[in-house]
Parts: sequence; C-alpha cells; structure tokens
Amino acid sequence: MSRESILHRVRTALGRLEGEAIADPPDVRLSVPAMEREARIAGVRRAVEALAGKTHRAANAEKARTLVSDMLAGRSAVASNAPFLAECGIPNLPGVAGGFPDGAVLREACASAAVGITSADYALADTGTLVLLSSREEARMISLLPPAHIAVVPAGRILTGLDELFTVLPLPARSTSSMVMITGPSRTGDIEMTLVRGVHGPGELTVIVVG
Amino acid sequence: MSLEFDRKIHAALTNRKQQLAIFSATGKMKEGREAATAASVLPDYQELRTQANALKKHTIDHLDFYLEEFERNVEAAGGKVIWAKDATEVADFVLSLARERDARLIVKSKSMTSEEVDLNERLEHHGLEAVETDLGEYIIQLAGERPFHIVGPALHKDRYDVADIFEKRLGIGRETVIENQAAIARARLRQKFLAADIGMSGANFLVADSGAVVIVENEGNARLATTAPRIHVTVAGIEKVIPRAQDLAVFLKLLARSATGQAFSVYTSFLNGPRRPGEIDGPEEFYVVLLDNGRTRLLPDRGKRQSLYCIRCGACLNTCPVYRRIGGHSYPWVYAGPIGAILTPQFLGTAHEPALPFASSLCGACAEVCPVKIDIPRILLELRSEVRKSEAREKRGALRTRAEKLAFRAFAWMATHPRVYALAAPIGVALMPGWLRERFGLSEPPARTFRQLWSRR
Repeated sequence: MSRESILHRVRTALGRLEGEAIADPPDVRLSVPAMEREARIAGVRRAVEALAGKTHRAANAEKARTLVSDMLAGRSAVASNAPFLAECGIPNLPGVAGGFPDGAVLREACASAAVGITSADYALADTGTLVLLSSREEARMISLLPPAHIAVVPAGRILTGLDELFTVLPLPARSTSSMVMITGPSRTGDIEMTLVRGVHGPGELTVIVVG
Repeated sequence: MSLEFDRKIHAALTNRKQQLAIFSATGKMKEGREAATAASVLPDYQELRTQANALKKHTIDHLDFYLEEFERNVEAAGGKVIWAKDATEVADFVLSLARERDARLIVKSKSMTSEEVDLNERLEHHGLEAVETDLGEYIIQLAGERPFHIVGPALHKDRYDVADIFEKRLGIGRETVIENQAAIARARLRQKFLAADIGMSGANFLVADSGAVVIVENEGNARLATTAPRIHVTVAGIEKVIPRAQDLAVFLKLLARSATGQAFSVYTSFLNGPRRPGEIDGPEEFYVVLLDNGRTRLLPDRGKRQSLYCIRCGACLNTCPVYRRIGGHSYPWVYAGPIGAILTPQFLGTAHEPALPFASSLCGACAEVCPVKIDIPRILLELRSEVRKSEAREKRGALRTRAEKLAFRAFAWMATHPRVYALAAPIGVALMPGWLRERFGLSEPPARTFRQLWSRR
C-alpha cells in the first residue's frame, strides 16, 4: 500500500507536518444577479435553442401533458418517477412506461425506448443547463440511453447560473451520489471537427418550461 | 537532440495532409476559445483566471491535507480510495479487482492519466478487454496509436482514415460519411456499455469536501461508463483535487471555454460514492485510484510546482506555433505541446529527451491562454538551465574513476614541471595508447613526441 509513502513524499516536499492545520482556501465570490422570472425562462430557452435543442412553454400541467403527448406521436417512452411528471399526468400517457422501482428493469426499458422523459431539479438561465440529482425519483439512465430526451421543468426551478446553483446547493453530495448537468444534446467533433449530435447520449433534447 | 525526436519532427513537417489537419483543427479551437473568453462575453475572465490560479496554488501547497479530506469523504460515502505510486500499482489494483469480481470487459472514458500508465496494454496483456468509448479515443485505439491532442485525440485522422480503420478493424463495408461513422461507433459501443463489468474514468476534478469525482465531456460516454456497469473505477492524478464543490463555479466556467470554446460542456457529472439506498441506478461499487507516477517529484521546487495546476484544457497546444507544426506524435511522451514540454522532463527526468525544453520559441502565447496561469515559458527556461547543468556535470563526471582522477592530477603536476615531463611523456604515450584511444577517441600516437622532434631540428 503506497498511501503512507505518497503522503510522506508530499509532506516532505511541501515542508508540512502530518495533520498540520491550514488556512481557509481563498474565497470564491459567487454572484447571483437579480433576474425576473420571465427573463430566466427566456434565458433557458435561448441557450438551449442556441445548442440546437428545442424548447416549449406550457402555461400549466395540463398543457404540458398535451405538449408531451403531441411530441411523442406514438413513439415509445420511459418516464421517471418525478412527482412533477405525475402531477402533469405524463406517466399515464399511452406508450409511456414509468414507475420503475429498480435499475435492471429500467435499463431494459431505456435501452429500447425512443424517448426518455424526466423533470429537472434545476435549470440554469445563462447556459441552458439542466441539473438532475439522482434519487428514487430521477434515475440516471432515462436522460442518457434513449435517443431523445424531454425534460419537463417547473418555471420556479430556474436559477440564474452556476453561481446560484452552488449558493442553493453548496454540498450536492448531501443530497445524492450523482448530480449531472446537461447542456444541450450529446455531441462530438472528433472526426474533422465536424459536429455530430447524439453520439452516445440523446441527440435530441427538448425542454418544456411549465408555468 | 535524440535522433528519434528529430526523425518524428521531420516526418510531421513533411506530412502535408497532417499539417493541414492540425492547422485547421487547432485553428478552430483557438478561435472558439478567443470568442468564448472575449470581454464582451465573459467580462470577469481575467478575474476567474486569477481565482483559479489562487485556488490551485492553495490546494497544491497543502496537497496532503486535501487528499486526506477527499479520502475521508469518499469512504464516508461508501467508496474506497487506492493510492498508487506508479503504473504497475494501478494495473495491479484493476487486475485484482477484475479477478475478484470475475470481470472480463472494461469500458473506459477518455483519460490522459490512463494513457500515462499504458493501462489498456497492461490489462489486455492479462486477458481483459478494455474498450475506449470516446469517439476519438475509440478511433485511435483501433488504429493502435496514442492521442494526438489532449482534447481531440484523433484530430490528425480524416474521414477517409477513419473509414480505413473501421473497415480493417471492425470488418465492415467502407463508410466515409462522418455522421454514419459516429452512428457505427454508437451502436458498437452501446453493446459494450450494457455488457461491461467495470466502467473506468479519469477525473477533471476531485472535490475534497464532497469526496466527489467530477467528469466533463460532450458525448455521454463518460456518463454511460460510470452508470451502466456495476463497478466504477476512477484513475486520477493526486493534483486533481480541489477544496470545495463551489470552487467548480470558477473552474467549470474556464475549462470548456478554454478547451473548445463552449460556454459549458454537454455533460458534467458530479459523482460521490456508489448508488445510495433508494436510488434506482448507478454503480454498486465506487473506487478512486490516486496516482503519483512522478507528481511528487514536482513538489519541492516552489516555482515548478505550478506545473501541477494544469486542468488539461489543451489551449496551450492550440496556440503554440511549435505544436501546430510538429503535432502531437512528435513529442516523446503522452503529453504534447507546451504543457507536455514542461511535464515530461519533470515526470521522467530531463535526460528522457534533453532537447524537449528547447523545442519552443518562448513566444509566451501558452502562458497568455492558460486558464490557471501556469508560467510555462519560465519553467521551460528553468528546465533548459537544468539540462545544461546536467550536461556540464556529465562532462566533469567524464573523469570517472579514482584512478583516472589521480592520473590527471599526476599529469597536471608533470605538465607544470618541464624536466619531468620531458622524461615521462614518451613513457606515458608508449604505455597507454589503448586507453587514449578508447577513452578519448585519439588515434595512435606518433613514434616521436613533439619535444623529441623539436630537439632534433
């Protein structure tokens, strides 16, 4: 085991003693600008669309359900256990599978579904980023395995940006073992710097802001 | 300069197709960075660089403290930290884990650290299948090459090269449309992700206060590799640690902008520990291998320590007039460009390729674009001076044995006493022609000494 020898080398090189206290790290100034609700919504939509994602606005849960239904147009889908999706009645739409209690069954469903539907814990207005915390309500694979991802996000969950995220969630590890930030559809430029969408994750991303 | 370095540079300079590929790809990334960091887009860019530098300096100066904090928090979350001093220890850990868990197939997301320790070769040698899943990495793994660039590992390959590689290695028909090539890789690799026993990743950051591994990517392969298999193993250099989750608010704003010109990469995963009770999916086992592999060698010198601040964005490669000519494969190790020119001599010793720190015009463009403000030109100068000093030492060291030193001291005394010299020189020359030839490359001495010839004149 090299633990002690590596730590010893580090301490010797830095001239530090084992367990020696340290000063606090330099402050990071997190700035949260004042931003109206409508500006936040507009920001998310602009940023997602700039990345070739699609966005919609639904006035209420009922309208969100209709939007999702139209969008699916008969395609098979997997919905997460997010209470907000249930509130919208999305898991009950025809062709939508949901209520998965465990990973193995969910994985099979996600591997064959055309669309994955999730909510989001937060969205960031400046970059159009969706923030999803893994839990019994949100699985990781629904936003990852199917070729298309629809996120249905309450307007009240939109933050101004990364600084506000780390202000409201200074320690994500307290809430989850996995937080993922999704900014636009999966993409690559690995061959001749040519942009190709959907190389491993979903190539289509749709954000529906509700409220 | 070693002949090999010279030969590789020559090959790169005379490969016109590759010259064009490098110039065009690095040019696009360079322009992307410039646009994404412009004052009109990111007014506090310089302030962010200053903060990033201060955070890295603080962390590296107290590295032991943050590594121990990171370890405590990983273990509190049910994960395990393994400390590896070199390539062998990394491979040994992964091999023994694979044996214990009866694992055969490993999917990997892009990691320079893993390249550094030749992990794939070592695993394959022991009968494991290790598959790279980033599109560029997949291409170069099939081609049997090393990454050409930190961010664009296959940027020297065009669609026709990729068609050749896929045709030959995957046994499929010729496909030259880039979208279709990506779809082929997606389909092939999807099967691997779903069948793999172990997923391996690198880390862009290790967050001490959270015990978290942060991975930044665009394709989704790192998410798949860390979600689908039952076991997730991260291999990361010890310098990757940062103090707090909120420090990411600084680093994440700089990383993608400096690398590809994106405001944010598509996927940023913040992973701490195995899946928790109630969580529906995610790995059941979570390991982080902390790798030294020469990093502690960089710590004693306060000036050169900053080489460890690097966040592997590749901006210095894209802007470097030398990298843009000689390309990634001319460099003697896995790290190319200006950052490679300072990391390689410090990790492996200047003797590995003494010419490397000199392969720079010292134009300073690298320092200007570095998001964590590493003073690369200054370190290059220090390394040059080290190379020269060690060359001088070697010359002094040329007087190898004690006997030799004694002989030279005797010679010095003789040479300053003309009468003794006149008597001793012919004897010495007569006795030691073999030694003079071998040691100093001198030809056979003439039959008579200069003094003898002079006195008969």
